[in-house]
Amino acid sequence: MTPGATRDEDSVVTTDQHRTPTDGVEFEDEQEAVDAAPGGLGRRHFVGYVVAGSTLAVAADLTTGAMPADAATPAAGSGTPIPSAPQIAEAYDLEDLQTQAALPTSQLITIEVDKDGVAHFALPRMEVGQGITTSTAMIIAEELDLPLSKVQVSLAPARPELLFNQLTGGSNTTVSTYTPVRVAAALAKKRLLDAAAILLGGQVALLKSKEGIISLPGGGSVTYGEAAAKAASPSTEKVDVTLKKPSEHKVIGTPRNRVDALDAVTGKKQFSMDLAVKDALPTMICRPPTVNGKPKSIKNRAAVLAMPGVTHVATLPTGVAVRARTFGQCIDAVRALQVVWNRGTVEGMDDEAVLKQLRAAQLPLAVPKVPILAKTVEASFEFMFRSGAALEPNCAVADYKDGKITVWAGLKSPLVAQANIADALGIPQTNVTVNVITGGGSFGHKLFSDGAIEAARAAKAFGKPVKLMWHRCDEPRQGRSHPMSTSRIRATVLGNSILTFEQRHTGVSTDFRHGLGERLTNLAADLPTGLGNLGFSESIFLLTQELGYNMGVVTQLLTETKNQEQFPTSSVRNIYSPDVRTASELMMGKLAEALKMDPVEFRLRFLKEERTKAVLRKVAEVANWGKTMPKGTAQGVAIHKEYKGATATIVELDCRPETVNRKIRDAVTGPRVMRATIVVDAGLVINPRGLEAQMMGGVSDGIAQALTSSSHLRNGSFLEGSWDNFFYTRQWNAPLDFQCVVMKSDSEQPGGAGEAGVASSMAATAAAYWKATGTMPTRFPILHDQTPDAFEVKPFSPPIPESPTDGLQYTY
Amino acid sequence: MPKHTFKLNGETVTVDVEDDVRVLWVLRDILGVTGPKYGCGINVCKACTSHINGKAFNPCSVQVKDLKETDEVTTIEGLPDTVGKELHPMQQAWLDRDVAQCGYCQPGQIMAAVALVKKVKAEGRAITNADLDSIRNVCRCGTYSRIREAIKQGSTKM
Repeated sequence: MTPGATRDEDSVVTTDQHRTPTDGVEFEDEQEAVDAAPGGLGRRHFVGYVVAGSTLAVAADLTTGAMPADAATPAAGSGTPIPSAPQIAEAYDLEDLQTQAALPTSQLITIEVDKDGVAHFALPRMEVGQGITTSTAMIIAEELDLPLSKVQVSLAPARPELLFNQLTGGSNTTVSTYTPVRVAAALAKKRLLDAAAILLGGQVALLKSKEGIISLPGGGSVTYGEAAAKAASPSTEKVDVTLKKPSEHKVIGTPRNRVDALDAVTGKKQFSMDLAVKDALPTMICRPPTVNGKPKSIKNRAAVLAMPGVTHVATLPTGVAVRARTFGQCIDAVRALQVVWNRGTVEGMDDEAVLKQLRAAQLPLAVPKVPILAKTVEASFEFMFRSGAALEPNCAVADYKDGKITVWAGLKSPLVAQANIADALGIPQTNVTVNVITGGGSFGHKLFSDGAIEAARAAKAFGKPVKLMWHRCDEPRQGRSHPMSTSRIRATVLGNSILTFEQRHTGVSTDFRHGLGERLTNLAADLPTGLGNLGFSESIFLLTQELGYNMGVVTQLLTETKNQEQFPTSSVRNIYSPDVRTASELMMGKLAEALKMDPVEFRLRFLKEERTKAVLRKVAEVANWGKTMPKGTAQGVAIHKEYKGATATIVELDCRPETVNRKIRDAVTGPRVMRATIVVDAGLVINPRGLEAQMMGGVSDGIAQALTSSSHLRNGSFLEGSWDNFFYTRQWNAPLDFQCVVMKSDSEQPGGAGEAGVASSMAATAAAYWKATGTMPTRFPILHDQTPDAFEVKPFSPPIPESPTDGLQYTY
Repeated sequence: MPKHTFKLNGETVTVDVEDDVRVLWVLRDILGVTGPKYGCGINVCKACTSHINGKAFNPCSVQVKDLKETDEVTTIEGLPDTVGKELHPMQQAWLDRDVAQCGYCQPGQIMAAVALVKKVKAEGRAITNADLDSIRNVCRCGTYSRIREAIKQGSTKM
């Protein structure tokens, strides 16, 4: 049991109650299951491949695997709610798109069992903390009857043959790989049993497999390792395989600790900058003072080359790279460089100028004809830029020799990185090897390969291997951000019904050129009517946004400024949803007020689906919704529906002066979420403990985005240059009481986890602020206009600060 | 180039490097000790938190010339040896609570937690929410709640 994430016995996923002992092999006829869900996720008979080799290697063929979800039939609300037609995301969402895009190449997912009985699997996705190596190991352990410690999941290097099936994003990993991984693992077990039957001289049906050992009752046993060589095939063959029934699961659905936890707490877990690649010396880049500025010339190249430790200096498109014996000496060299810069892309602009652009781009609200007595309720919101940077900055190791390059980096889209590096260096893509290294967080940041491309260019320019890393100060100033956006909503109310709900979301262009766009193009013909004609970001918006309420005519539309080169942007954890949902949930608060209803009661009345209502009922019960709160403090509630699941969050926010004005040096304290309760229905859960961890992270993110965390554009530059400027949630902002409840689900389909907790927690925090202060917040984060007072802006030239020397004065 | 000698994780080490290079880079780039992470280089994020003579410090902000031969630097790699066990109780608490997500900040979090608990115990009291609120280490994955639980657990075994 994870502390702080208590799991309610009625609601949590536990497999105990429907577990059956399955020591032995089961290949009984399961035609029923097949008939029950032809072609769908309930299906359990598949075809896999035994791949030729000296030890057992199996692969899964999934061209008849997971199909997009059936169009959901909206449940008509009882009484006053006017049923809304299904939005696109209800029938076919981003998960379906990514899952479908993965289908044609999933046969290439391969598991090998070695002579020690260890199963090896190279996951064509990236681990950034979301726990997919653990959950994937669990899935393999399940079907193979192996202990978790005997499953080794590594990250696959860029594999061009996977086409579009190597993108980590949209909380899609488990959704798209759940079936193929199980098929391969089940096939491996089947082959091991066949081999063991020969070795032990018994019938397969009599064999029992458990914890990596196959035994014949009264007739000895063999280990998987012993059987693996025998199970190897000289040629590639097609084999039928049957998956376990969910009721047989002993590993899936049980709380497990992360497989890399020991390495993480002992310092052994290796990130890109921890790799020992021969001669790869530290390299950093001197960057421009304004957003997207470009280097023109270096005034003191010789002087910098003569500095201690410095080996190389070269101009790259994004700045001037220096290579030195230590990163400390790179920092000194970057600070010493005198560079003449070309203008940036937003010279002279500030937040207000961008907001003006957005207001000019807003689509009109066009209320359909409603009765003359209908009352109009409107609201308008602004969401500021937010840096998407992880704690591990952009970084990569690169080694260039004789027209070929090898790169090591945390990359969620390694195929696009490979292509971009090939373009940058003018070499064929086949000469680019991209190794995917576990990342120190991503939050969307690692969708792009900015650091890897720079490392590749520097390695070529220097003719020496490099270990390139961004300085922290570079991240908020030149790194990718969640775009600024506005959201306008208009609803019409007549009596006790909502007749219309229109939301117009307008943002600075979100950069999707990391490959999702290619998938969309690739799949455009198969998309629901009309989608193929939309731009990429508008498609992503439609595929992810689902209001979830019965409010008559519902439209949610996105417009983006068409200037992709102006700001470095990217999807940041949960893409559009935190902003869109915060706006729509605050609007629900206004509508509840208009109907004189309690916010929870209002939502239960107007929500479409039972799953969303169930998480809301649960959170209201667990968080004791409606309890008496001291003046200046309040509860706030919100729901979110995405990633084949639903969440509901209630926070208790303290806005009393003694809390808001707490003094902590170099910090923004502000209102504090004292208690956060989040209930999640994520469908079939692989690892409840991992899911709870992702909800905890989502809540930290939601709190930051609601209250403190943003970047400020002034005169063409972002002001923030440190974690003490960009106010992500810190320990003094963290809830004192966090609780996550994982709902029991009958679904056989896993939902997304990594991003699912952000939107409802941001929206709930905003709602609590409204209730505690009496003022509905309309600009996010709520403290955006005050946070610049809490820090002194670091100089823009030199672009990075000197490391302090007084560290011994702060020991404790 | 000047030579600098200090004790690192129980062993005496000597490095040949300029006086002003910060200890973080001596550890990572010269000695290959990569447990302490870079997250800012200006003593803000605390990802490099290690111990000097048993107290928490941030090697990104200390020049190597300021280390004395008798100074004992302990990084996450050397923490278990300080209690003569496979794992320090705080590391065990981190495992029991499955704290880490991406894991990048966690060596620094654990080193900060150990120093904080020692300080609080030296003051003869138990760890409070106010003590936990004083931890400056950034965790961008947002594991703060599990960190709080783990520190409370770890403190009972120290």
